[in-house]
Amino acid sequence: MNVRALFLIPLFWALATMAAAQGFAGLGQTSDGFDLPDPETRFVFPQDHGAHNGYRIEWWYVTANLEAADGTPYGIQWTLFRSALAPGGAEADQAWMAHAAVSTPGGHLYAERFARGASGQAGVTAAPFDAFIDEWQMVGPDLNDLRLTAQGTDFHYDLKLDADGPFILQGDAGYSVKSEAGQASHYYSQPFYQVTGTITLEDGPVEVTGRAWLDREWSSQPLEETQTGWDWFSLHFDSGEKMMGFQVRDEDGSVYTVGTWIDADQSSQALTPDQLRITATAWSDVAGRRIPTTWELELPDRDLSITTTAIYPDSWMGTLVSYWEGPVTVTGTHPGIGYLEMSGY
Amino acid sequence: MTGAVLSALLSHWRRRPFQLVTLVLGLALATALWSGVQAINAEARKSYDAAADTLTGGGLSNLVHLDGSIPHETFIALRRAGWLVSPVIDGWISAQGGRVRLLGIDPYTAPGDSTIGAAIGPDSIGEVVGAEGAILTNATTAARLSALERPVNVSNGLAPGIALADLSVAQVITGQSGYSRLILLPDQPLIRPPLESIAPDLTIERPETAEDLGRLTDSFHLNLTAFGLLSFAVGLFIVNGAVGLAFEQRRPMFRTLRALGATSRRLVIMLVLELLIFAIVAGALGIVLGYLIASLLLPDVAATLRGLYGATVEGALTLSPLWWLSGLAIAVAGTALASVSGLIQVARMPPLAPAKPRAWAMVSAGTMRWQLSLAGGAFAVALLAMVLGDGLVSGFTLLGGFLIAAALALPSVLAVLLALLSRFGKGPLVTWFWADTRQQLPGLSLALMALLLALAANIGVGTMVASFRATFTGWLDQRLVSDLYVTVASVAESSLLQGYAVENGVVVLPIWHTDGDVLGAPAEIYGVVDHPVYSDNWPLLSSLPDTWPRIAAGEGALVNEQLARREGLSPGDPLPLPGGWETVILGVYSDYGNPLGQVVLPFAVLTARYDDVDRSDFGLLTDDPDALRAALTGDLGFAEDQMVDQRALKAFSMQIFERTFAVTGALNILTLSVAGVAILTSLLTLSAMRLPQLAPVWALGVTRATLARIELIRALVLAALTFVLAVPVGLALAWVLLAVINVEAFGWRLPMQIFPMDWLWLGLASLAAAGLASLWPARQLARRAPADLIRVFSHER
Repeated sequence: MNVRALFLIPLFWALATMAAAQGFAGLGQTSDGFDLPDPETRFVFPQDHGAHNGYRIEWWYVTANLEAADGTPYGIQWTLFRSALAPGGAEADQAWMAHAAVSTPGGHLYAERFARGASGQAGVTAAPFDAFIDEWQMVGPDLNDLRLTAQGTDFHYDLKLDADGPFILQGDAGYSVKSEAGQASHYYSQPFYQVTGTITLEDGPVEVTGRAWLDREWSSQPLEETQTGWDWFSLHFDSGEKMMGFQVRDEDGSVYTVGTWIDADQSSQALTPDQLRITATAWSDVAGRRIPTTWELELPDRDLSITTTAIYPDSWMGTLVSYWEGPVTVTGTHPGIGYLEMSGY
Repeated sequence: MTGAVLSALLSHWRRRPFQLVTLVLGLALATALWSGVQAINAEARKSYDAAADTLTGGGLSNLVHLDGSIPHETFIALRRAGWLVSPVIDGWISAQGGRVRLLGIDPYTAPGDSTIGAAIGPDSIGEVVGAEGAILTNATTAARLSALERPVNVSNGLAPGIALADLSVAQVITGQSGYSRLILLPDQPLIRPPLESIAPDLTIERPETAEDLGRLTDSFHLNLTAFGLLSFAVGLFIVNGAVGLAFEQRRPMFRTLRALGATSRRLVIMLVLELLIFAIVAGALGIVLGYLIASLLLPDVAATLRGLYGATVEGALTLSPLWWLSGLAIAVAGTALASVSGLIQVARMPPLAPAKPRAWAMVSAGTMRWQLSLAGGAFAVALLAMVLGDGLVSGFTLLGGFLIAAALALPSVLAVLLALLSRFGKGPLVTWFWADTRQQLPGLSLALMALLLALAANIGVGTMVASFRATFTGWLDQRLVSDLYVTVASVAESSLLQGYAVENGVVVLPIWHTDGDVLGAPAEIYGVVDHPVYSDNWPLLSSLPDTWPRIAAGEGALVNEQLARREGLSPGDPLPLPGGWETVILGVYSDYGNPLGQVVLPFAVLTARYDDVDRSDFGLLTDDPDALRAALTGDLGFAEDQMVDQRALKAFSMQIFERTFAVTGALNILTLSVAGVAILTSLLTLSAMRLPQLAPVWALGVTRATLARIELIRALVLAALTFVLAVPVGLALAWVLLAVINVEAFGWRLPMQIFPMDWLWLGLASLAAAGLASLWPARQLARRAPADLIRVFSHER
């Protein structure tokens, strides 16, 4: 996926490292001393579920479409970001940031946390799997069998995630290219989670079930200097098929679009640039900005023509680095549900 | 027409530049003192707010460990349980001109909307985080840290005397490994286990807010404000005198202008315009002067506040535009107040009215009655404040009401006194002297009120300061019983010291203490050993019989006056103490200068009841403190800064004290000189008006020189009478300051002591001021051309 998280990083980076005015373009900077993504790399699990401190940035990113017994839809997000302040991979040089959110009919609730590396306040171990910051936790025995918890002042969730399918390697065997110039990251997903658990809001607990999607990504300079933001989709179709697709917007108005198609039999194919067309068709005023909350996606090769509509258009993350992230419904040739992230608006 | 009227009016000032100078000077002085004091107060309050914000994370609660530092593991355990806390290392860095408070913070978890969060934003975080990170201070403090071999970045939002740094930097500088406290963030997550289940040895501490510091320092600022107001009032008397003089001298001009067709409305508008111009010019001048006064006094004020309350205040002024504007506004308002009566007279004056100075005086007799009833009202307000009121504000209402009443009643009282005195006079000249003095009283009354206020303030504040000094020095002598005070750094040093003392026949008195909440407020709890030095020296305000033997036997406790007054305690009352036990109060002792409540227990009781006693301080009794000091540093290896001798401690205490009152002293002198100028302007006003009354006396054969001498004597008589009246007013003022204001502000009451010798000097000073002020008008009279006096008989007046 997750070009989405990339946009978060520059600011997080600014926060965690220095370089006052580096802004989003920071991701396009040189990566002196940091490890660089290599197309020849093949993932080894469970080791690669853990942190790659030699790379500048990395994240563990879960989104879930959930539903209460009465049919009310909810969305949740759980994200842990790692950012290295200096090359070399030392624990003390790592900085951690995390976001958690619940999209509800009553509003979008979110929280964020920060932690110093090597303090014991945040970290990730690959086996048995455990990613945590403060009391927020994504803990295994392994990455296919997780318990996910987080909370803010007005929400708390405690979810059980069980995967009934394989990890999907994005791009070319997990080597995911983000621009014409070849910026890339290592990227794999687990889109096959079944979820059960409890969301607690101020009115009390709500039992929920649904589907979740995990993205794992690490890199050192994943974006071009001129790229300004992106629109990222993870979609579960009723047919059992799934699709990940995103476009990275350039300041000159052009876009770089890629994705992955996942068949009902759980096999996947990378979509080549420009195979997928993504177009905004309706906008909402959210947090003082104009955000596209209805999109049309066209994938002629698979006779796909769908419309995604934000379930809760106010799903704005007013965190230090702000962006839109929330559940969507899918209508058209391939009805279903999914998650949308939009940055740079 | 308008232009012609204005230029005619202004021509007066061209001909009498000295009058213009007095008007502008009076107004400028009034504005200067007022705005100077306001500037000092504003600066101090800003510093309190900033300091309290930074030190506490902006009014947030803290988790503290009663016995010391909090380990990193406890911080992590709390975070991992869902308690949003942020660690702080609280220490000191030595710097030029004293040490600087160092706060080591964790930018990752620090509350974002606090001063700390604002100081380390995303922009500067990279320069701050890490063991090589920069220290943040404001520009003044940065200059004091220039010797530090670390990067220091300037962040001007920070309070003076405070440095912020990353935890890892603070750990290196202070050598602390644990945390001093954990800031409890205001927004906590939904589900948290109770604190006891994670960190049972931590407690939540309510924030120390700017208001706490404000409450402590309130009395000080109210004192300053009261002085500012007083000076402003006195300054207005000058303005009133100058404006009255200008109006009086221009009566013929007003008449002419009215006769030429200027309406009284236009005339008044033009006069208002004229005064407005003067007010703005003088106000601007006053603000500049106020700035100068404030910047001259501020270092002393800052030193006082630091010494008395530990409040850091920036030694340099930064003022808002609002301050400048409010200074101008107060100048304009003051001018309006001082000239309203003159303007009303001009507006009501018939176009061709003959000048009738005596008639003015008659009108003033009515004014006097009116003033007397106002005085009664002000006195009633003062009484009400005393009977019903509670707290500092009502204390100052009492003070203000009483002073206003005294000032307003002055002309009536003087009139009665003059009437009484005139009975003793025989002979035409003497009779004329008393009659003429009474006639002049209304014209001089404002200046005399100013003098009364200045003298009363001088006597009142002088008595308070002298009482304080006498009591305080006596108390220091008694209270500082030990000759040398030593702080040990370890248990080893402690036994070394005690061993040495036994060998050399030096008496060691442990001054051990612990802190705790007594009756709901923080207090210090000390222990005393059984030694005659205490029973011989400690001043007790009230006590049960056999206090010291009972303390020696381990019964009961002593409390300081502050605690006793705050809680209404007296000897014999039960006293609940931390740890859930109770003892009985055997006595109350005075404890000047301490903002906290204090309890003194028998030594054995203190150590038996409390585990966390600070055992590092000792007092030593010796005949030769210098030799003992030399022995301790030489043989036992104590550091110089572990020891303070009694003399140094006394000198330090007295230094704080003197500085506190240096400011009031300076304001006192200023007020008195302003009153002198007020007398001068009033006399000048009168001298012009009085020519018609003096001319007949001159014509009857009294020489101009004699008349001038009589004028001088009159001023001296009036000043002397005012001074005599000022003494009881000043003493009453002193009583209010000592028995009401001080008790409210500090929680202790000082015995009032009277120093008549000081009054003698003050009386001479006031006579000198009045004499000097009347010298020039008298000289003018002595040199007056006889033609002027003759002209009175032909003049239409």
